[in-house]
Amino acid sequence: MTVDMSQFYEVFFDEAEELLAEAEHLLLGIDVESPDVEQLNAIFRAAHSIKGGAATFGFMDMTEITHVLENLLDKIRKNEMALTTEHVDAFLAAKDVIKMQVDGHRHGSDVNAEQVSDVAMMLKSLSEGKAAVVVEAAPAAVAEAAPAAAAPAADVAKPALTITADEKAKGMTLYDVGLPTVTEKDLANLKDELALLGEVAVYQRSENVHAVLVKTDSSADDIVSICSFIVDADALVIQVAGEASSAPEVTPPAAAPVEAAAEPAADAGYGFFDNDPIIKTDAKADDGRVQVAEEMGYGLFASNGEEQQEEGYGFFAPFKPHPDAPKAQMIGDDNAAAAMAKAKAETAAQVASTAEAAPKEERRQQQGRREGDKPAAAAQSAESTSIRVGIEKVDQLINLVGELVITQAMIEQRVNALDPVDNEALINSVSQLTRNTRDLQESVMSIRMMPMDFVFSRFPRMVRDLAGKLGKKVEFVTSGATTELDKSLIERIVDPLTHLVRNSVDHGIEKPEVRREMGKPESGTLTLSAAHKGGSIVIEVTDDGGGLNRDRILAKAASNGLPVNESMTDNEVFSLIFAPGFSTAEVVTDVSGRGVGMDVVKRNITSMGGHIEIRSALGYGTTISISLPLTLAILDGMSVSLGKSVYVVPLNLIVETLQPRAEDLKTVTGEGLMVHVRGEYLPIIALHALFNHPTQITTPTDGVLLILEADGKKSALFVDRLVGQQQVVIKSLETNFKRIPGVSGATIMGDGSVALILDVPAIIQMGQTTNYVTGGMAFSNQNYLTSQNTINA
Amino acid sequence: MSTSTEMSNSLSGNAGNGLKTAAGEYLTFVLGSEQYGIEILKVQEIRGYDAVTQIANMPSFIKGVINLRGKIVPIVDLRIKFNLGKVEYNEFTVVIILNLNGRIVGIVVDGVSDVRELREEHLREVPSLVTRIDTKYIVGLATIEQEMLILVDIDKLMTSDEMQLMEAAVH
Repeated sequence: MTVDMSQFYEVFFDEAEELLAEAEHLLLGIDVESPDVEQLNAIFRAAHSIKGGAATFGFMDMTEITHVLENLLDKIRKNEMALTTEHVDAFLAAKDVIKMQVDGHRHGSDVNAEQVSDVAMMLKSLSEGKAAVVVEAAPAAVAEAAPAAAAPAADVAKPALTITADEKAKGMTLYDVGLPTVTEKDLANLKDELALLGEVAVYQRSENVHAVLVKTDSSADDIVSICSFIVDADALVIQVAGEASSAPEVTPPAAAPVEAAAEPAADAGYGFFDNDPIIKTDAKADDGRVQVAEEMGYGLFASNGEEQQEEGYGFFAPFKPHPDAPKAQMIGDDNAAAAMAKAKAETAAQVASTAEAAPKEERRQQQGRREGDKPAAAAQSAESTSIRVGIEKVDQLINLVGELVITQAMIEQRVNALDPVDNEALINSVSQLTRNTRDLQESVMSIRMMPMDFVFSRFPRMVRDLAGKLGKKVEFVTSGATTELDKSLIERIVDPLTHLVRNSVDHGIEKPEVRREMGKPESGTLTLSAAHKGGSIVIEVTDDGGGLNRDRILAKAASNGLPVNESMTDNEVFSLIFAPGFSTAEVVTDVSGRGVGMDVVKRNITSMGGHIEIRSALGYGTTISISLPLTLAILDGMSVSLGKSVYVVPLNLIVETLQPRAEDLKTVTGEGLMVHVRGEYLPIIALHALFNHPTQITTPTDGVLLILEADGKKSALFVDRLVGQQQVVIKSLETNFKRIPGVSGATIMGDGSVALILDVPAIIQMGQTTNYVTGGMAFSNQNYLTSQNTINA
Repeated sequence: MSTSTEMSNSLSGNAGNGLKTAAGEYLTFVLGSEQYGIEILKVQEIRGYDAVTQIANMPSFIKGVINLRGKIVPIVDLRIKFNLGKVEYNEFTVVIILNLNGRIVGIVVDGVSDVRELREEHLREVPSLVTRIDTKYIVGLATIEQEMLILVDIDKLMTSDEMQLMEAAVH
């Protein structure tokens, strides 16, 4: 009985990711005070479906955590327990963990077992009704789960450095800084250094493990930067400590980022597990017992993946520790252990029932389908049903329709040449065909289109976490989420957009106290919008923060050795931030400000055929506007003629076109012809010479110069004349042929002939490799050289 | 019939190049004064010669690319490649569109003659005589009705470095 389950894996992974995204969306939107029962049900169903799917495919690690999650959700939706923000935070953390597990199974990426068990414990203790007392609000866990950083045990007394609500309002924060093992001397140094920031108190968490309480109005990042002179910054665990009066019912103001796996907790039901050996022996030796039972429980029904499938999910397989099962942990609470055993038993039962279904392939499939349909139908009641279709089928459809449109255009052209009186009926039919073809093309193109919501929906969570981490208040607004964009572009816009949003939260929006001083509302607004404008889509990231400082950018650019002067326009100055290695941020944080990025953002956008611009007013905010073509398959092009051929030049790379006057042309000895345009001397690349193409027009004054800019280099391309501007469908030359130097692809023109699309960056490079133009840069690309032996000025 | 057995052995030795068996249907075409045959299953269609878009800095026998119902297909003129004196393009010029494992290529020849069914008894061993096409691309000869047919491994020929149709040819 060897059934290859892997063919269904992808479907499960896709589905799980969709469900997780949806659950997150619902969680972020949920009203903690009076949660909508329907929403809770939807979240529950999502968890349940993932559990079912995971069990079917034998991903026991996922089954386990979703099961605990489901239990807790079930209690809440049955009103046995009131929803708190703590719950929401725990659910979000669980979502991240499950996502990590899905990725782990799918791409073989690392799964942090500690983090998984942390979240499982947190959920479990929550579902036992004990409000897990999270001492720290934890928006500031900067160091990523450094295992060396000892978590504080609850029973070690803290010194009496407290913070009052009053002080908090003034922007003071009490940080609890967990230190790695340091010498007495270092500790003293550290204390002195930190004293510069505010009040400091050192206390001992356990032997050799110290922590510092710092009351300051500086950020956690400042603490890290100070500490990093003395200790390894990665080993620091910084939390915001609560107010003096902070009681369990005081809910943390922000979600604990999941990365904070080394989160300390005071409550036994939460802090009983700890991988730090010191704590294990010192604090918990008395009532702790090693929870072997847990592993035993797994061994009952779980072994490694393949065996599970072949042997009825390994139900009867000999005991083997589950590879993904959490490591043996210390457990200090008998109740918890009992509850856990119960949970395990339930999981086992669940798995057993699935295992029964295993022998029958069809039944399993059915089950999978049923599981998948349920949430889709219920949770997205408003949306219609959908089918999954391979992208290549859609692409083929789009290609065929593209052909149809071209053929139709040819027929139309021929028909228009006929006598309109004699052929009235034919002409009418053809115009009918034209309309139908347009409609068909539009509908087919829309298949690939996805709403921007797919991108936008991931940002509320990110902004929320980031703002919490940076101690800022940010209101996140989106508009135009229904605007549609080609799927491949959607995928590629995510990274640049993430970068821009991070930038806005980190550098754009000011801290609440700064904003108050400036007379702005404490909470900043970050707007993400998308809209159609002509043939392109415009995506804007707007913040009402500090805006770009023109003088600072100019000064920084000058010190970086960029050519700048005071008379540059704002637009030109702002564009400087796209230069590589450019950052004017005063403090480099772990979020952004290192100066890598904006150049990458610009490069990504340009490679998608789009462009990016910045509008900013100092003190009022910044808008970064990205404009993209609706689809990658279509290019806005300028067709130019050369002899009898037509070439297409991407419009977004053309700066201007001009017909040069004889006095603007200069010959530079040994370097060929240059043209003088607005104070710049640009090398002229003659396309007919580069391509060895026969033409009547051989002097630039008779033809047209296209000023092209790519990768920061400008050149003037000399062609015969401009034919017109049009959108063209990009076709690959490589499918049946090979790459041609200087050509990025081909397209089919209205008359059915093929026109080549010029690869502008390559052409500029090719121009530079010849002695024909500025010989400044030598390229070793032999591909190009082979084609240039014949070129001469 | 020992020769024919040997023949089919040597032919099946070319199985890796896509020529499974020598017997079967062949499309025959004329290049200069010689008759050539290619496996009919490699041929997608036959069409006239028109609207070829020239490509920069290519050898003269690569005429350029055409739009074949939305696909960009390169066109090779075998007459130029094999130096057959007069090369004209008119309404009688024929392009054979080949589909070689999904790659589509067009070849210009002097003329297409026929589709012939070749049986084992028609097949002869590869001779050492000189043909227009290098013998390493020739898999056999066939004699039908006193005419000699040269069987070409078109896959091997079109993907060879000397045709410069593939990416590898550049490097």
